[in-house]
Amino acid sequence: MCAPVIPLSFAKNTRGLRSQLKDSVPVTGMGPQVGAYGVQDTLRSGFSSVKNELLPSHVLELSEKNFQLNQDKMNFSTLRNIQGLHAPLKLQMEYRAARQIQRLPFLQSSHLALDTLKGNDESISFEDILNDPAQSEMMGEPHIMVEYKLGMM
Amino acid sequence: MALSNVLQIPTSGFNFENVARNVALESLLEGGHTKTPKPMKTGTTIAGLVCKEGVVLGADTRATSGEVVADKMCAKIHYISPNIYCCGAGTAADTEKTTDLLSSNLTIFSMNSGRNPRVVMAVNILQDMLFRYQGQIGASLILGGVDCNGNHLYTVGPYGSIDNVPYLAMGSGDLAALGILEDRFKPNMEMEEAKELVRDAIHSGIMSDLGSGNNIDICVITKQGVDYIRAYQESEYKDKRQKRYRYGPGTTSILTEKIVPLDLEVVQETVQRMDTA
Repeated sequence: MCAPVIPLSFAKNTRGLRSQLKDSVPVTGMGPQVGAYGVQDTLRSGFSSVKNELLPSHVLELSEKNFQLNQDKMNFSTLRNIQGLHAPLKLQMEYRAARQIQRLPFLQSSHLALDTLKGNDESISFEDILNDPAQSEMMGEPHIMVEYKLGMM
Repeated sequence: MALSNVLQIPTSGFNFENVARNVALESLLEGGHTKTPKPMKTGTTIAGLVCKEGVVLGADTRATSGEVVADKMCAKIHYISPNIYCCGAGTAADTEKTTDLLSSNLTIFSMNSGRNPRVVMAVNILQDMLFRYQGQIGASLILGGVDCNGNHLYTVGPYGSIDNVPYLAMGSGDLAALGILEDRFKPNMEMEEAKELVRDAIHSGIMSDLGSGNNIDICVITKQGVDYIRAYQESEYKDKRQKRYRYGPGTTSILTEKIVPLDLEVVQETVQRMDTA
C-alpha cells in the first residue's frame, strides 16, 4: 500500500482546516465505561460485549452523541477567527456560569439560563419532542446518582 | 421503582439502544413467514411551478404501504407559514414531522421578529436538519412561497441538497410529470394556464406510476393569499362505498303514533338558597 502523495499547494491550504479538525471531540467507546478498580462493573451494567463497546450500531449514533459539542467547537473557533480570542472566552464563561444553575442530578432542572444563552428557547428540534426526560419511565436511585455526579463511584 | 444502574438522566433526542436488537430481529424474521411491517410511503407525484402572480403546487393523494394503498385521500401539501406551503414525498411520517417542526420554528421566528418568514429561511433550516441526519429521514420536499423578494420554488432532497428552479417534480412519478412540464412550461404564465399545466403533469404521473393515484390537490399561493383546493379533480375510479353507517331521521317510516300524557302533581317543594357572593 503506497502512501498518498499530497501536492504542496494542497498541504498549504489545509492548514486552516486541520487546526479546526484537531479541535473536534475525540471518539470514545460506546458501551458502559469502566467502573471501580478499572474493570467493567458487571453487577450494575450487565455483561459486556467487545463489539458493542467499540463499534456504533447505527450510522448516526456517533455523530449524534457529539453533535452539540462539535457544533459548539466549530462556532467558537469561527468566532475566534473573526473577532479574536476574547469573544469565545467571554461566551464560554457565561455558559459555565449558567450551567451551574441546576438542581440535584436526580431532579428535573429547567436549564432556563443555559437555553436562553444558547438560543434553544427559540427553536424546536427532535431533542424537545423525542425522549423527553420529564417522561422517562426509568427512575434512578438518588444516592447513587449524586455519588456518580460527585465522582465518588 | 428506582433502578440502581441509571447513573444519569437519559439525554433527549434519538435513542439508539435498540438498534442491535432490531437488526437481530429482522434477520430472524426474514427467514420465516412473517415480514416486518413496511413504513407508509407516499410513492407520489408532486409538482410545482412559478407563474406570473405566484406559485402553484400540485400533488396526488395516494399513500402506499408496500403493495397496499394505505390512504386514498392523503394530504401531501403541508402548511408551513401563511405564505409558504410544502409538498412532501418519501416516508409519510418523516415528511409530516419535518414539515411540522419547520412550521413551528418559523412561527416562533415570526412571533419574535414580527415578519413573515422568507422561503430561503425555510429552505436553509430544512437543509441543515436533513444533512445532520445523513439521509436517514426520508423526506423529499418541494417548497413554494411568495415573500418580499418575489415568488420562489425550491426542492430539498433527503440528504440535504437544494435546488432553486422555476418548475419541479418529485416523487416516484416525477419523470412522467417532468415530461409534461418540460414540454409546456413558459416563464410568466397566467394563473389558469399554470393550474391546468400542473394538473396535467400530476395526471400523467398518476397514469404512469403505480405509487400515485386517486385525486389531485392544487395549492395556489399569491401575494393576496392562498387557495388550497383539496380535490381539484376527483378520480373517475371512485367507488360508491357508503362511508357513514348512521341512519338519518326519516329512514324508517312511521306507521302509527300514540301519545299518552303523563299527569304529574307537585307533592313537595323545597327551596335551597345558593350563596353567590
